Amino acid sequence: MEVFLEGLLWLVDSEHWSGHNAIPLRVREHVLYAVTALAAGAAIAVPVGLWTGHTGRLGNVAINVGNLGRAIPDLGIVAIAAVLIGFGILPVILALTALAIPPLLTNTYTAVRGVDAEVRDAAVGMGFTGWRLLRQVEIPLALPLIFAGVRVSTVQVIATATISGFIGRAGGLGRYIFDGLALLDIPRVVAGAVLVALLGVLADVGLARLQRAVTPKGFAAALAEREAVASPPGG
Amino acid sequence: MITFESVTKRYPDGTVALDALDLEVAEGEIVVFVGPSGCGKTTTMRLVNRMVIPTSGRVLLDGTDVAEREPAALRRSIGYVIQHTGLFPHYTVRRNVGTVPELEGWSRARREARVEELLELVGLPAEVTERYPHQLSGGQRQRVGVARALAADPAVMLMDEPFGAVDPLVRHRLQEEFLRLQAEVRKTIVFVTHDIDEALKMGDRIAILAEGGKLQQYATPRDLLSDPANEFVRDFLGEERGLKRLSLIPVSEVSAEYGPVVYPDDDRAVAERSADAAGLDWVVALTEARVLLGWISTHELVDGPMREQQIRPFGLRVQAEDSLRAALNAMVTNHSEVAVRVSEGDVYEGLLSQQLIAKELD
Repeated sequence: MEVFLEGLLWLVDSEHWSGHNAIPLRVREHVLYAVTALAAGAAIAVPVGLWTGHTGRLGNVAINVGNLGRAIPDLGIVAIAAVLIGFGILPVILALTALAIPPLLTNTYTAVRGVDAEVRDAAVGMGFTGWRLLRQVEIPLALPLIFAGVRVSTVQVIATATISGFIGRAGGLGRYIFDGLALLDIPRVVAGAVLVALLGVLADVGLARLQRAVTPKGFAAALAEREAVASPPGG
Repeated sequence: MITFESVTKRYPDGTVALDALDLEVAEGEIVVFVGPSGCGKTTTMRLVNRMVIPTSGRVLLDGTDVAEREPAALRRSIGYVIQHTGLFPHYTVRRNVGTVPELEGWSRARREARVEELLELVGLPAEVTERYPHQLSGGQRQRVGVARALAADPAVMLMDEPFGAVDPLVRHRLQEEFLRLQAEVRKTIVFVTHDIDEALKMGDRIAILAEGGKLQQYATPRDLLSDPANEFVRDFLGEERGLKRLSLIPVSEVSAEYGPVVYPDDDRAVAERSADAAGLDWVVALTEARVLLGWISTHELVDGPMREQQIRPFGLRVQAEDSLRAALNAMVTNHSEVAVRVSEGDVYEGLLSQQLIAKELD
């Protein structure tokens, strides 16, 4: 408890809010790494997930790649990347990207596959072609679930981006944690951990809002209704 | 016109969904495909808009093989209604109904005018226009489904159990309304159902299919009921085949007996003679303009013209467009041998007896 308090005191110390190791700077770096990795991960996982989900082809591959990615420890990926590319921020970004992909890929694939078969059948029967079907029907109806994947990936990536301070010898909030450990400056470690946790929670809350915003209007209510029906009364 | 030319559909696992079907759907008719599950009725319907590709044989639309048409364009030219409507949950009613016009690139103004017209046509109030499907009742959703299929005014409509997802009461009303609508729009319709009563009600012609997609009989509802081709058809039609047939025959097809009629100025002797001639102990009292007043018992006749007699109202009146089944049902429940047939304004047209109806069943 005392350690925690000391950590909080470290956080509010004005000395730590300016200079080359300032909290705002580290937060910005951390966010930058996470956003870069998430953007790269999404750029790969979402199109692949959409395509496999839309065509129904290679669906097992998408799921298995997703599961495989989850099974490999993050630190292992970083280690491999470090061995292959050397130290620096690049292996960290690569590792984080690899980490971001599985939830995005599996969720996107499952979301598109999960679009009501009757709705899809009606669309095709009325003359929707592949691209239009994807854009006007499948993507809008899959968005809530795709966004759930984005949230999972984001929280994971923000938490894991701390390894930048270990292997990358780069910036980010990981610096506080790993430097603190090296210097046996425990309040600094606690402060770093608190900041990472805070960032994760903030990102999740923000994305939850965004998720509600992107859920198509009529569909949101329909989903809520379905959930209400699915959960037992009073339970 | 839709023509099936020895169409067979066999799936890779060897299941035969349709076996050498030869059939023609005439312009402006509702043809119902009916049969137990697994009889290939839905598959057959989906051959028309290329949602299913035949293994062999051809499906012609107005003489052109559908295989030669570009699938999306073909589908946009054919109305498509499926069981649970498949409405887009993320589109309002307006956008759902305007889907095909949008695909066809109609202007916004033209689309909106069409949507308005269609909602009225299918009996939906204007206030549902901006609602989402989940905000509608089951019956309203099915109406939207029908409106959406009609949007680009297709000559051909495919309907797969379009009224299957609502309770019997609503279904009955939707069926009636759809028949009235069809009398106006005269589409060529392939209608799929597993419910023989719905088939008999909706179909101009009915194709009964058995498991493995074998056509058992293709005939009008009345021919089907009077001459079932085989045991399968007989079983599928169920018991009460005769009664079902009566429900398809309107009262107007049975010539009513003239009956013992009297007018206000007729005297007691005329009434007694008429009753005797008909072998009844009552007469039908009419005005000079032949409007029905009621009946007079010969036992209650007093001296003087008919206008001074005790006239009792008839319990049962039937009209030309009522079915014989409804007429018979009314007679049986009212313990009456006869019903009076009247036209609009209660003008007398004759007497309908159980005997006359029974003759139809022979």
